[in-house]
Amino acid sequence: MDRFRMIFQYFQSSSESVMNGICGLLALASVKMYTSFDFSCPCLPQYNMAYGLGIMFVPPIILFLCGLILNRQSLVMLEEWRRPPGHRKKDLAVIRYMCSSIMQRAMVAPVIWIIVTLLDGKCLICAFSGSMDPEKFVGFANVSTVQVQQLLAKVPCKDDELVGNNTSRKAVSRYLRCCSQALGWSILLILIIAAFLARWLRPCFNQATLLQARHWSNYIDIEKKIFEEACCEHSRLFAHKCILHFFESMRQEIKLHSFSLPREEEPAEGEADLLRGITDQDQVNKLLKTWYYEKPPLDVS
Amino acid sequence: MDKFRMIFQFFQSNQESFMNGICGIMALASTQMYSAFDFNCPCLPHYNLAYGLGILLVPPFILFLLGFVLNNNISMLAEEWRRPQGQRGKDPAVLRYMFCSMAQRAMIAPAVWVSVTLLDGKCITCAFCTSVPVESLGNASHPHLSQGEIQRVLARIPCKEIYNGQQLIANEVAVRYLRCISQALGWCFVLLMTTLAFLVRSLRPCFSQAAFLKSRYWSHYIDIERKLFDETCAEHARSFAKVCIQQFFEGMSTDLVAARCHLPRKAPADAGEAAEKLLGITDQGTMNMALKSWHRCKPPLNLHPPALPTGNGWAGEGQPPTHPSAPRRETAAYYSWV
Repeated sequence: MDRFRMIFQYFQSSSESVMNGICGLLALASVKMYTSFDFSCPCLPQYNMAYGLGIMFVPPIILFLCGLILNRQSLVMLEEWRRPPGHRKKDLAVIRYMCSSIMQRAMVAPVIWIIVTLLDGKCLICAFSGSMDPEKFVGFANVSTVQVQQLLAKVPCKDDELVGNNTSRKAVSRYLRCCSQALGWSILLILIIAAFLARWLRPCFNQATLLQARHWSNYIDIEKKIFEEACCEHSRLFAHKCILHFFESMRQEIKLHSFSLPREEEPAEGEADLLRGITDQDQVNKLLKTWYYEKPPLDVS
Repeated sequence: MDKFRMIFQFFQSNQESFMNGICGIMALASTQMYSAFDFNCPCLPHYNLAYGLGILLVPPFILFLLGFVLNNNISMLAEEWRRPQGQRGKDPAVLRYMFCSMAQRAMIAPAVWVSVTLLDGKCITCAFCTSVPVESLGNASHPHLSQGEIQRVLARIPCKEIYNGQQLIANEVAVRYLRCISQALGWCFVLLMTTLAFLVRSLRPCFSQAAFLKSRYWSHYIDIERKLFDETCAEHARSFAKVCIQQFFEGMSTDLVAARCHLPRKAPADAGEAAEKLLGITDQGTMNMALKSWHRCKPPLNLHPPALPTGNGWAGEGQPPTHPSAPRRETAAYYSWV
């Protein structure tokens, strides 16, 4: 139980790990979305390229925007950027640090989508089958231009009756898939090398500035959280006081209007406190009606 | 059990994350509903469009309304909107904030349904199969077919088993074409929604941050105040009931003593708490009478001790009339519910 609470508190307090968690979830969601998406190339000359490139580039934009939206730190950064300076100067290095960390995290899911798409190959086959040179493939070499465009456009569709068993179709398909996978692996390699170098070489440049920027960006985040908690706590106390005042004022009003005699029997002390002087049905009804029709002013002085 | 309660308390205390949780559950429910739904295109010329567009647009509307219904804050918003001004002014900015945050959450499940439907493609294929451009995709020069016939043949595109227009236009070609359009629409829709959400979220700090902080604070305040008031009333009702029942038992026991003229009993010295709790009712007959009286003649909702039946001059002068109105109160007790 304690352990569970500790883990909970750890995740809550450390914004960065929450952000990393969200980043990981989005990456998994990206892969899941790709596998559950039913890719179906239109196999028509004008539509193939638009469809193929659209599927390759539009979902990454969506994932990037989702990464920005779901990241709490982006709001913090925007607020810090747009706030009036007041008594506290703005440090551009902090804002730049927050911006770069947000962008890095938001880029993970789109990059994963693009790489998975390239390694799978369907998108590129769909987009570029119409741009292949027909002379290179025996089955398409001696066909008229218009027809060859049609046939090439149908290459991604394995079960099409025209090109189903055509060996040249398989050849084009294999060729394009090979290019696509090569491109995918190259991009992955380049990105990993870039990430490795960035992480390794960073301490060589401006380490002190970096530590400062990281500290203050953490500080701004924690300060915002604590402010929100303090406001919640304050509104709870405010509401408590307001309601107590309301009950008290109702009790005074009832005393004024009913001239009730001093009672011989008092209910037990504890219960009297909780009853707050409201002891019969009419009084309760009046209290509830007043609560609706005339809420007390927001003033507990 | 403890762990479960802690999770529950965490979600309850943090209203926003609770609402986000409901929102996420509804989005998942929406995808689950779509995959469980058995889509059955009618494959008839005029019914296809109605069916397809109906499945595309009616469930999102239902999910949107459901999103409002499941949101606890809707009654809070309505109450704040309709309450009379009284001593506390109304702030339209707070009302707008509450409505916007509820509407945003309620929009998610319908948007998920529409995206999943468009990306799957069955609805658009069903709705627009009669509008496929036969000239570019098939053999428009197919002879001896009137417009109506062509429409009927095209309407059967989604139903592969009964499709008989292979010469007019190949079924796979038409389905691929329609599905491609549907998926393009789907991705554009998702992109549009995401861009809107991004703009709404990122433009706010640039323009109205102070007003936003104010509205958020007061909307939380109204929520907390309502909860605390309910808790206070519940506490009050509990104490009221306790005292009322205590007075009932004491009343019964005094009546019995008066009726039977019991000799003053020597209470055993060491009975203590147990004797107190018995409230003077110590045998079967008495208990049965107490229970019968509780059922037949519940006590009035009034914790003041009633004035003595033989008026002694004190009853009057503005004292709330207990006896004449006791029957009224008894009837009212069944209807008015605190």
